[in-house]
Amino acid sequence: MGQPTITRHSSDVLIIGAGGAGLRAAIAAREAGKTVTIVCKSLFGKAHTVMAEGGMAAAMGNVNPHDNWQVHFRDTMRGGKFMSHPRMAELHAKESPMRVWELETYGALFDRTPEGKISQRNFGGHEYPRLAHVGDRTGLELIRTLQQKVTSLQQDDKKATGDAESGIKVFAETTMIRLLMRDGRVGGAFGYQRATGDFFSFTAAAVIIATGGLGKTFKVTSNSWESTGDGLALALRAGATAINMEFVQFHPTGMMWPPSVRGVLVTESVRGDGGVLRNSEGKRFMFNYVPEVFRDQYATTEEEGDRWYTDPDNNKRPPELLPRDEVARAINAEVKAGRGSPHGGVFLDIGSRRSEEFIRRRLPSMYHQFKQLADVDITKEPMEVGPTGHYAMGGLEVDPDTQATNIPGMFCAGEASGGLHGSNRLGGNSLSDLAVFGKRAGDAAVAFVDEHGHQTPKFSDDELQAYAHEALEPFRHAGESGYENAYDIHRALQEMMFSLVGIIRTEDEMREALAELDKLDERAKKLKAEGPIAFNPGWHLCFDVENMLLLGRCIANAALLRQESRGGHTRNDFPTMDPEWRRTLLECSLDGGTVKVARIPGPKVAPELMALFDRHELEKYFTTEEIDEAEAANRAGGATAATGEGA
Amino acid sequence: MGYTAHFRVWRGDANGGGLVDYEVEVNPGEVVLDVIHRIQAEQAGDLAVRWNCKAGKCGSCSMEINGYPRLACMTRMSIYRQDEIINVTPMRTFPVIKDLVTDVSFNFEKLLSIPAFAPPPGLQPGEYRMQQEDVERSQEFRKCIECFLCQDVCHVIRDHEENKKQFAGPRMFIRLAELDMHPLDVADREIAAQEDFGLGFCNITKCCTEVCPEGIKITDNAIIPMKERVVDRKYDPLPFWRRRRRVEERATPQ
Ligand SMILES: Cc1cc2nc3c(=O)[nH]c(=O)nc-3n(C[C@H](O)[C@H](O)[C@H](O)COP(=O)(O)OP(=O)(O)OC[C@H]3O[C@@H](n4cnc5c(N)ncnc54)[C@H](O)[C@@H]3O)c2cc1C
Ligand code: SF4
Ligand code: SF4
Ligand code: FES
Repeated sequence: MGQPTITRHSSDVLIIGAGGAGLRAAIAAREAGKTVTIVCKSLFGKAHTVMAEGGMAAAMGNVNPHDNWQVHFRDTMRGGKFMSHPRMAELHAKESPMRVWELETYGALFDRTPEGKISQRNFGGHEYPRLAHVGDRTGLELIRTLQQKVTSLQQDDKKATGDAESGIKVFAETTMIRLLMRDGRVGGAFGYQRATGDFFSFTAAAVIIATGGLGKTFKVTSNSWESTGDGLALALRAGATAINMEFVQFHPTGMMWPPSVRGVLVTESVRGDGGVLRNSEGKRFMFNYVPEVFRDQYATTEEEGDRWYTDPDNNKRPPELLPRDEVARAINAEVKAGRGSPHGGVFLDIGSRRSEEFIRRRLPSMYHQFKQLADVDITKEPMEVGPTGHYAMGGLEVDPDTQATNIPGMFCAGEASGGLHGSNRLGGNSLSDLAVFGKRAGDAAVAFVDEHGHQTPKFSDDELQAYAHEALEPFRHAGESGYENAYDIHRALQEMMFSLVGIIRTEDEMREALAELDKLDERAKKLKAEGPIAFNPGWHLCFDVENMLLLGRCIANAALLRQESRGGHTRNDFPTMDPEWRRTLLECSLDGGTVKVARIPGPKVAPELMALFDRHELEKYFTTEEIDEAEAANRAGGATAATGEGA
Repeated sequence: MGYTAHFRVWRGDANGGGLVDYEVEVNPGEVVLDVIHRIQAEQAGDLAVRWNCKAGKCGSCSMEINGYPRLACMTRMSIYRQDEIINVTPMRTFPVIKDLVTDVSFNFEKLLSIPAFAPPPGLQPGEYRMQQEDVERSQEFRKCIECFLCQDVCHVIRDHEENKKQFAGPRMFIRLAELDMHPLDVADREIAAQEDFGLGFCNITKCCTEVCPEGIKITDNAIIPMKERVVDRKYDPLPFWRRRRRVEERATPQ
């Protein structure tokens, strides 16, 4: 092979990722007059965000006027078992209504209330109907709307300059494999174009990582192939830090059968709209699994739970709508106790509870998904469901207001960032997260460019050629014995992670997982790729696998250290929550190629935010000193926020 | 139970290629994309195929299976006989990049040429009021996952490269119709559809509707009504102004 060509491109802001977070950031940066480059692994408009179903959480109060940001904030904190970054949860709750309304000005068409406002639906862990939605294809609406807004900004640029790509240029199917660093600061990224295998460097004064999640690390997952945690791995290698990696959300309802669709998501809206979970004995078992901390908020009888759908002010919600971690663990326990469905899940029944007309209108894609892929008519028969790897609460550690990482010039938003969701994300809180913090990251990148843009580092041809040379290594071993293709290692990693570092964990399993990772790392040193370089998935997967191996190690290491059970981290050997651990974050970083996990103090909850909860509830999560301290501060400052009323 | 299927997959690039035979295991419940992935993992690591969600939601895995445009992730193997040879080829209307992957940039260029949603001036975020029955028509078109199968099947461009310049295709027609039927859009789009996007080339064969995996009634609900209105408008330019007034009345928040 001769010297590969490397195409250079530069702009003010580089955004890696074209999901909801990346696109919202791009719009913010362009509207502020900056030139923007967007790179993504798939075609434009097909990022993983497209798969989101249920909706986007925002306390607009369109369906229940009692809703407001304080209630949304409380729900987010409770869902995350009080590990959510309180400042992020506050900003998120306050700003998400505006981010949703803004989408209407870009052309989004949400489902409506009778008054013509945006309709909102119930979801697990949300006190009031809160999710703006379009049937069960909300992610498609979000991504299409943002894509169309980007297109319209390009049309404006075309009018102004004659070139539609003068302000925003999209490089689709272009994968970044390393961040370009100089003197501790980020100056761009380097990668290849999938179609040709040609190399590209994108230099920029500010870089936003919006690469989404890491679900493909697990065998059973609802995530798309893109979710290999690239941005996280690249940033860790460049010196960034990640938090909360031990918290992985297993969505309680993934498809169980046929095997080829195992893990494909069954939206929580099925339960929000009246679906219930039953075991093989036909029993609604969730009533047996309401944990102490949630006792006061959930119905204790089926009758009360059923009344809640029509009269939520006078009844408590059914326990099928507990936060996801609770429901996933309950299903796991039922299956282990021998009360599972034929293919190892439980039954989700809406057909016997709602009319065919209702189901087909409210849940059209679920209806088709089951009909087409499993030969099941959900208006008549129950679905078989079980937990599926769904969302990474962990991600890059960022400043709550600006999404800045510890590396100057590097920002991060969306699923790739950590903090907002604490130990467990509420459904619907991701799409709003993307819009709220995507915009904030875009705005902060603009401010950074204004301040430091003139110092953008330069990267020499020799340096870039060295990166390209390294990337081509797997081709140098084509056909060589002792070298493996990436598919086999990926499969082994996924199976190991799902069985050892999945929903239920123990110390022994974590140690075993780490030993397995050592072996896989050794194998991954000998990767080969066959065939030509153009659109070669076997070569592409080599990079993904290396990223997932690194993240698998972060997850297993952090899961080993955290000796308690909380949200998306359940330790059989430490089954309870510990208020001391609540204050501790596990921060992953790379030190000379080795994963290091440090215990660092978590952010304090501001006294006025503490005042939004009553003492009785806080006692379940906080140490007595923490509560006393906040109460004293509030008495001194005369805080009044405790009423929960307001904007 | 499982069986061995006979696949014939088009392998090659812009310089040419041909069908290559693979004997491959198939398990119960699988879709064509599963089988292609198995070929990739076990027999041909460099076999190029686009996919993303594997749940019919992203529109990436468009290809032609036994000559019919389909999403590979939503095509159950059980619809084929076990002894049937299954031909898998890239979409024919677009230039091939490699194997099953085609260059669909034509569609993105056309999308860029459609004037964006034009909101009523002065209406603030949060003040939008629309009735469900009024948004439903556009919502049907917004179900589009941009798989471009309708574009692939449309005979106006399928074997007529020369028409691509003047003809935007069914995906773009539903985008135009969607904006046109948007209760609050204030731009005028109908004449544009005829003149800039080549609506006139369409002779309503309905092939596009037939292949649409989202079940969008492209011809009946978008193309035909647009054609009718374009004809009306050529004789009577007034309805646009009437419609616009209606929009402004509706947009006023209560
Ligand atoms: C089936 C399903 C249903 C869901 N439903 C909901 C819901 O109803 N409500 C809700 O709030 N949340 C939901 N979620 C969660 C939510 O969809 C995701 O968390 C969210 O979409 C993530 O968005 P993102 O912008 O962070 O990243 P993504 O949408 O994952 O986008 C990542 C982008 O980064 C790009 N990228 C990645 N690596 C690289 C690289 N190396 N080089 C270049 N580009 C790269 C990708 O190509 C892609 O464009 C759901 C998730 C799933 C799986
Ligand atoms: S109906 Fe018109 S747009 Fe659709 S395939 Fe036929 S000619 Fe093409
Ligand atoms: S209209 Fe249907 S066939 Fe055409 S691109 Fe959209 S989803 Fe695909
Ligand atoms: S992979 Fe998304 S539609 Fe087939």
